Amino acid sequence: MALLQISEPGTSTAPHQHRLAVGIDLGTTNSLVASVQSGLARVLDDERGRALLPSVVRYLPDGGVSVGYEAQARQSEDPHNTIVSVKRFMGRGLKDLDKANVPYRLLDEPGMVKLKTAHGVKSPVEVSAEILRVLRSRAERALGGELVGAVITVPAYFDEAQRQATKDAARLAGINVLRLLNEPTAAAIAYGLDHGVEGVYAVYDLGGGTFDISILRLSKGVFEVLSTHGDSALGGDDFDQRIFCWVLEEAKLPPLDPRDTRLLLGKAREAKEYLTDHPEAHITAVLSSGDIVDLRLGLDDFNRITQSLVNKTLAPTRKALRDAGLEVEEVQGVVMVGGATRMPCIRHAVGEFFAQTPLTNLDPDKVVALGAAVQADVLAGNKQSGDDWLLLDVIPLSLGLEVMGGLTEKIVPRNSTIPVARAQEFTTFKDGQTAMGFHVVQGERELVADCRSLARFELRGIPPMVAGAARIRVTFQVDADGLLSVSAREQVSGVEAAVVVKPSYGLSDGEIARMLSEAHAHAEEDMKARALNEQRVEAQSLLTALAAALAQDGEALLAADERHVIEAGMAKLRALAEGTEHLAIRAQVEALNQLTTPFAQRRMDRNVRQALAGQNVDSLRV
Amino acid sequence: MTPDFSADHFTLFGLPAAFRVDGAALDQAWRQLQAQVHPDRYAHAGEAEKRLSMQWATRVNEAYQTLREPLRRADYLLQRRGIHALGERQTALPAEFLMQQMEWREGLQDAQQARDAGSLDALRRVLKREATQLTDLLAQQLDAEGAWDAAADTVRKLRFVQKLAEDVNLALAALEDD
Ligand SMILES: Nc1ncnc2c1ncn2[C@@H]1O[C@H](COP(=O)(O)OP(=O)(O)O)[C@@H](O)[C@H]1O
Ligand SMILES: [Mg+2]
Repeated sequence: MALLQISEPGTSTAPHQHRLAVGIDLGTTNSLVASVQSGLARVLDDERGRALLPSVVRYLPDGGVSVGYEAQARQSEDPHNTIVSVKRFMGRGLKDLDKANVPYRLLDEPGMVKLKTAHGVKSPVEVSAEILRVLRSRAERALGGELVGAVITVPAYFDEAQRQATKDAARLAGINVLRLLNEPTAAAIAYGLDHGVEGVYAVYDLGGGTFDISILRLSKGVFEVLSTHGDSALGGDDFDQRIFCWVLEEAKLPPLDPRDTRLLLGKAREAKEYLTDHPEAHITAVLSSGDIVDLRLGLDDFNRITQSLVNKTLAPTRKALRDAGLEVEEVQGVVMVGGATRMPCIRHAVGEFFAQTPLTNLDPDKVVALGAAVQADVLAGNKQSGDDWLLLDVIPLSLGLEVMGGLTEKIVPRNSTIPVARAQEFTTFKDGQTAMGFHVVQGERELVADCRSLARFELRGIPPMVAGAARIRVTFQVDADGLLSVSAREQVSGVEAAVVVKPSYGLSDGEIARMLSEAHAHAEEDMKARALNEQRVEAQSLLTALAAALAQDGEALLAADERHVIEAGMAKLRALAEGTEHLAIRAQVEALNQLTTPFAQRRMDRNVRQALAGQNVDSLRV
Repeated sequence: MTPDFSADHFTLFGLPAAFRVDGAALDQAWRQLQAQVHPDRYAHAGEAEKRLSMQWATRVNEAYQTLREPLRRADYLLQRRGIHALGERQTALPAEFLMQQMEWREGLQDAQQARDAGSLDALRRVLKREATQLTDLLAQQLDAEGAWDAAADTVRKLRFVQKLAEDVNLALAALEDD
């Protein structure tokens, strides 16, 4: 209930009760978890004092799972069962992937590719959930309690399928997602807070597997994403790949087996990182054939073989500027994010492009997690009045429908500020037509075939009419996480039919349940205990929110009898939450939500009125 | 003033219903409203408030987008007077303008074929200037003269120009892609 604190400082919800919330940077290469404690964001280390968790998951022969450095060390030994860069597979089908040099046994499954491992077939969502589980328990140990939720970051360029997959992974790991946050936005939050900057900023994020460029406007505590572009298959890994190919050529090696491939890719990466601070690197390795690789890679050679990769990041950068309607000179600062921006060739190229020295004072590995932690703290309601800010984000890709001739009709254009809803009317083209099919797509191209298919659904029960008489209104709603729901209804007849599609790549509750039961030994009990716990947390948070709302506005906005009814409902929920019937708790939570809707409406109206009267200008300032 | 979910966009932001809007005041009003209704403010609230917050934030964004873009704002002002400038039945635009339009289209096609990013960029700038002129004209027609029908023509011209500018941008993007 951050709102309460804004409207009337001093009556905030139980200020002593600090809610444990974290920011998670679920990276392609490395993942991190951070949290705000005593007003300061910091990254939470593992028991050995290490901040990064390599995003590597190994399925062990004995049935166990190892995540992080240990798994990473075994990569070349057990390449089939050691999954690296799984983020690249999130929400992707087999045909979307560049399979060259990927040592996994990939299965082409509808919606999303799957991996064959020693533990059977795994979805990228399940693999990611393993990483999130480790971060969650790291955080709960460090913070000494259960998390109320997490802000998880995603590349700004991630599409629907990739975002949904990320959210599903969190669900699988038992994490309540407060918000999916774009990585560059998180970085800007971290920088914005530390330096109190205003103006237009570019965030250039080159990680292990993704490139993102975002143009943001920071003013009066508002972070506004003006445009975003990128390449979800371009990052530091590709530089490793270039070195790898160079080694194959120089050493005249035949195609290698997965083990040697992994080994050499590891060596290539070491060399790349070494070249950041040194003029040359040596690459030495003993292959399984007994062949010895011993090469010297100079910085000049490295720059030459990776030049085209560096250039490849500039095209999206140009596009992002153009989408924002800005010229290079209008950009006030460039924030560098991601381990790969340590490379001098990148810093040089970016500096040249923007004609200024990029900002590198925050650790490029940690910036995103720190920013996410700050936002998590706000969303959890821990911030006091006056130091909140507002984050206004956009969708990265246009959403539309297939129309006649395999063409796309855009409904929500990219870079629309979210949440957003757009509706469009369609009609029947045959007499007596009673059903109509819709195909929801995402992308900028004119042909449906060039866009990403998100979902298909059919509206049935249209009353028979002559062609062109029906009026079918299709509504796209994109929520604050950037996730889409689509509904359609026929308007003329008064007979209303509506459908809501959850995009086909999303996991059903049943699938989540199955995956959970596979992941845990005592699945059945676990599930029950979890469900009960979830409902209790839900009930508690509703009760706290309502108590605060009543204390603040009960007098002014409710008649005595209305208030009694609400209080009775709260008492009942409190009693049920003591018990063990999770379904009963849930039912009462829903009933209470229903019951308090008019009250919520009045409060919202009042707040809007106050905003218009300009009474809360100060609450916008950081 | 009671906030009304279906209120006029201008009323919602407390601005006079005119084509010339104070951009800073619009931005400010938008942010103030979002600061009150945005889902981030309700991430920890009950379901009822979460749902309302999303509806309101969506509504506020819709109004803001409409008023922020000159084309949509002009169209919206005309619609309030019952004129659907971008509706199905439209009067033809002057031959002179259509000729100019064709010239630009040809320029675009030629530059595309020749893969000439320089010409495309030049065309982009020309169109940007043209759009600015049409926008100034709209201010005159809508706010000073009350010349609604003439303004409806200008709205259509502006849409032509913007569509073309979009195509130029796509062409530029396509050049950069390969
Ligand atoms: N000193 C360095 N020099 C060059 N590249 C580096 C350096 N340190 C890390 N990297 C590269 O940064 C990438 C990982 O960046 P990170 O931001 O952790 O990625 P992600 O966001 O994809 O998880 C890897 O390709 C890694 O090799
Ligand atoms: Mg990253």
